[in-house]
Amino acid sequence: MQNFEFVRPTSVADAVAALKGDEAQPMSGGQTLMPTMKARLAAPEILVSLTAIDEMKGVRKDGDQIWIGGGTTHATVARETAESFPALSSLAGRIGDPSVRSRGTIGGSIANNDPSACYPAGALGSGATIVTDRREIAADDFFQGMFMTALDEGEIVTAVKFPVPQRAIYQKFIQPASRFPLTAVFVAHFGDDVRVAVTGASSDGVFRWTEAEEALKGNFSADAVSGLSVSADTMISDLHGSGAYRAQLTKVMTQRAVSALA
Amino acid sequence: MPKDGGIGSSTKRREDVRFLSGTGRYTDDINLHGQLYAHFVRSDVAHGKINGINADAAMAMPGVVRVFTAKDFEGVGGVPCGWQITSIDGSPMQEPKHPVLAEGKVRHVGDPIAVVVAESLGQARDAADALEIDIEMLPAVMDMKEAVKDGAPKVHDDLSSNLCYDWGFVEDNKDAVAKAIADADHVTTLELVNNRLVANPMEPRVAVGDYDMANDEHTLYTTSQNPHVIRLLMGAFVLGIPEHKLRVVAPDVGGGFGAKIFHYAEEAFCTFAAKQLRRPVKWTSSRSEAFMSDAHGRDHVTKIELAMDKDNNFTAIRTETYANMGAYLSTFAPSVPTWLHGTLMAGNYKTPLIYVNVKAVFTNTVPVDAYRGAGRPEATFQLERVIDKAARERGVSPIELRRQNFITEFPYATPVAVEYDTGDYHATMDRVLEMADHAGFEARAAESKKNGKLRGFGIAHYIEACGIAPSNLVGQLGARAGLYESATVRVNATGSISVMTGSHSHGQGHETSFAQVVSEMIGIDATQVDIVHGDTSKTPMGMGTYGSRSIAVGGSAMVRATEKIIAKAKKIAAHLMEASEGDIELKDGQFTVAGTDKSVAWGDVTLAAYVPHNYPLEDIEPGLEETAFYDPANFTYPSGGYACEVEVDPDTGKVDVLSFSAADDFGNVINPMIVEGQVHGGVAQGFGQAMMENCAYDADGQLISASYMDYAMPRATDLPMFKVDHSCQTPCTHNPLGVKGCGEAGAIGSPPAFVNAVIDALHRGGHKVEHINMPLTPDRVWTAIQNS
Repeated sequence: MQNFEFVRPTSVADAVAALKGDEAQPMSGGQTLMPTMKARLAAPEILVSLTAIDEMKGVRKDGDQIWIGGGTTHATVARETAESFPALSSLAGRIGDPSVRSRGTIGGSIANNDPSACYPAGALGSGATIVTDRREIAADDFFQGMFMTALDEGEIVTAVKFPVPQRAIYQKFIQPASRFPLTAVFVAHFGDDVRVAVTGASSDGVFRWTEAEEALKGNFSADAVSGLSVSADTMISDLHGSGAYRAQLTKVMTQRAVSALA
Repeated sequence: MPKDGGIGSSTKRREDVRFLSGTGRYTDDINLHGQLYAHFVRSDVAHGKINGINADAAMAMPGVVRVFTAKDFEGVGGVPCGWQITSIDGSPMQEPKHPVLAEGKVRHVGDPIAVVVAESLGQARDAADALEIDIEMLPAVMDMKEAVKDGAPKVHDDLSSNLCYDWGFVEDNKDAVAKAIADADHVTTLELVNNRLVANPMEPRVAVGDYDMANDEHTLYTTSQNPHVIRLLMGAFVLGIPEHKLRVVAPDVGGGFGAKIFHYAEEAFCTFAAKQLRRPVKWTSSRSEAFMSDAHGRDHVTKIELAMDKDNNFTAIRTETYANMGAYLSTFAPSVPTWLHGTLMAGNYKTPLIYVNVKAVFTNTVPVDAYRGAGRPEATFQLERVIDKAARERGVSPIELRRQNFITEFPYATPVAVEYDTGDYHATMDRVLEMADHAGFEARAAESKKNGKLRGFGIAHYIEACGIAPSNLVGQLGARAGLYESATVRVNATGSISVMTGSHSHGQGHETSFAQVVSEMIGIDATQVDIVHGDTSKTPMGMGTYGSRSIAVGGSAMVRATEKIIAKAKKIAAHLMEASEGDIELKDGQFTVAGTDKSVAWGDVTLAAYVPHNYPLEDIEPGLEETAFYDPANFTYPSGGYACEVEVDPDTGKVDVLSFSAADDFGNVINPMIVEGQVHGGVAQGFGQAMMENCAYDADGQLISASYMDYAMPRATDLPMFKVDHSCQTPCTHNPLGVKGCGEAGAIGSPPAFVNAVIDALHRGGHKVEHINMPLTPDRVWTAIQNS
């Protein structure tokens, strides 16, 4: 790790100001950035910690939505949404290990948009709204490909607002080494709408399997998906699974999610 | 019922108090006054020509003391290889120089090019970024079969090819084996890969070099399984330091699994640099460095043929193996695919004719050497997999096919040069089938089927050669060292005992189990005995711990030394009690005279030895300290039967291991709890190899699985509760304790049991899959189902 300046603002406004510095980088729980810096693959001159900003923390009801501060740890989300949004609680409670869950935050995960991260599937699958220091962005517009988001330079995810589905589930098949999703599917059922978001599988990052959504709207059962398939061509192919395998997992995890809910 | 602390008692491990309370003293805990930090700059390409290194900018960086490159090591020896193999044509193996720092070329990702030594580690790393290294990439040699073709790029330009050796065993049997295969009623053939592994001990490697100018003495603190071996190899072959001027200390060591047997360049560097700089020099491996600099394990590609007569009796076995050596020969690398592998190809079976061919190949990869089991897992895997395939082809039970061919009479001389002293393979088979409830399997399989899952049962038997090894034999086989073990038993004046052993404990619990042996022999409490190991200045010349040799060889040396102590103590007791030496008996720490009520306590005798006022000085010397060196007469041959039950999810290829049972014959057992722990660890590592671990390179020689993000280590939640049993005991006939060794059994016997279970499950599901190469990841299992 190389030397850097460390600032720890206590308000969003101060953080935004600090991020205007040269080679400044925001850091929340640091679960991705710290190992990257240790490996000398990143060397920010100024590290702006987002961990002391109270207005970015907590879980609360916001009308019929759940508001989660961007600086809220996975462990807190898992605990605080256990009754209000069990599928999200289950997703948060299975990220990494206890130390990761006690440091990593929802805002950090969503801003990083790792193609194998869990939260992007939860946010996209729920149709969440990403709140930043300057605007609100629908999840459908936010995730723009592997490690790519709609965020501008220096823009901070201050909160994520989740509509609560009637029923939802996160079905995860882990990559055996990293324990990230090899492929995981978040299925949410809202009245006459169904959303299916897939993470870990595509080289374009998290995506909605719209074909499955349409089929499930008419018939919310595993059978509705059995004739469908996703193309292996755009799937990630690596040491842990071919594109064809990830395409298979996308389907099987979706079917299992639906079966578990139906 | 053994008494607590005695032989046969599951005495709790005394060393765990310090390990579990964070008070162990590991090499990285050692920090010396004025210590400098070394950072190794390693190749990020697999193969390349070094055109130049410019260290000017790095030298000008804050805190930098010196930058070392190969030119600083002119006149210094290469890292030596400790075993020479002879090819079929009688020529010695090709043995390239292994420089401390790369000379002219880099040959694998991780090959050290330069070392920055600075006041702090951060300064050394910063300066390393300022080094200008000009490397011209060369084509990487990766695939072993391509590597030995004419015209392939060469890893070492000064060798004739990438073939290290071409070994045939037993060459005299080659034609007879070919004839038996040609004449066989049936031949089962299987091609398989034994996957490359990274040992991953919890503690990474560390070296601290120190030089005492006043006395011209060097000290190396290092994470080693065998400090005396390091002293010999590094002192004599690399740095030219005589042994009396070189002390090697391996204090608490956090796991080895083989990877800490070998002498590494970093050890020589720190020792060398400490003298050059007149300051201690420390290097601590990062986990990333460990992946690309610790010797890897396994990496064999094999074709095996098993010939049978019309009644399914095995008539011949022929194997052809390509064994990856990596870019350089690590310390014992040549022995692993040959003498530790070919000699085990008989397994538990009375196959009369066997021929093993091994081609060892250089590639642009990290050197490969012994890893828990070393050669024996590779042999066992081939044999136990081909037998399952043969059973399927012949329509017979894999259990009955094994039983029919089991060796039942001992001693048994195999056609591959070893003689098994004892064993009872039907007993371990009976026991493991009972433990695994084989009888109830079909009902469980039917239940799984109802849930859409495929259940399979896998069985494997193993034999291993442990207690390495008779020195005169291994000398004939090319070893450049003896493989005896040593012990000094030092009895103190008040009766407590320090045992200095040449064995080295890096997790095995020697401090507990060795003390059980010595205290039981004398009849004193185990707490009166301390075990000292891991320091060449304290212990007699010993060969260290690997090859499941510590209790069989190191323990035997302790027994011999303790016998000498008892013999001398009886003389002293006879004098004190004015009795005849032949009438003295020792029991429960009391010397008595047969047929009388006379007695003296152990402590009275030991005190007399050091305060010899009333003492037979004309017959014996004062003091009570004895040393023994024990050279075994034969290997020991632990064996066992392992059974595994799995459930395969055909939609995802995911395998759940539902149960695992191990019935081992380790001969006599000193501490059952420690033995069971060794089996647990070995089986977990075997599970890792079979199901998860895969050290993978791409075609350009980049290490893909270079961190825990991609190298899958097994966790407790991946495994079922193991059932382990060692009640089948056929004691070793040639060592004083009747022990065989248990450290590697789990890693040797379990991989084929896991794989056999999965293949069985797939066949039961109607999928005609004959083999899947390890690790059996969900992707591989699902893909195999799709292709069946």
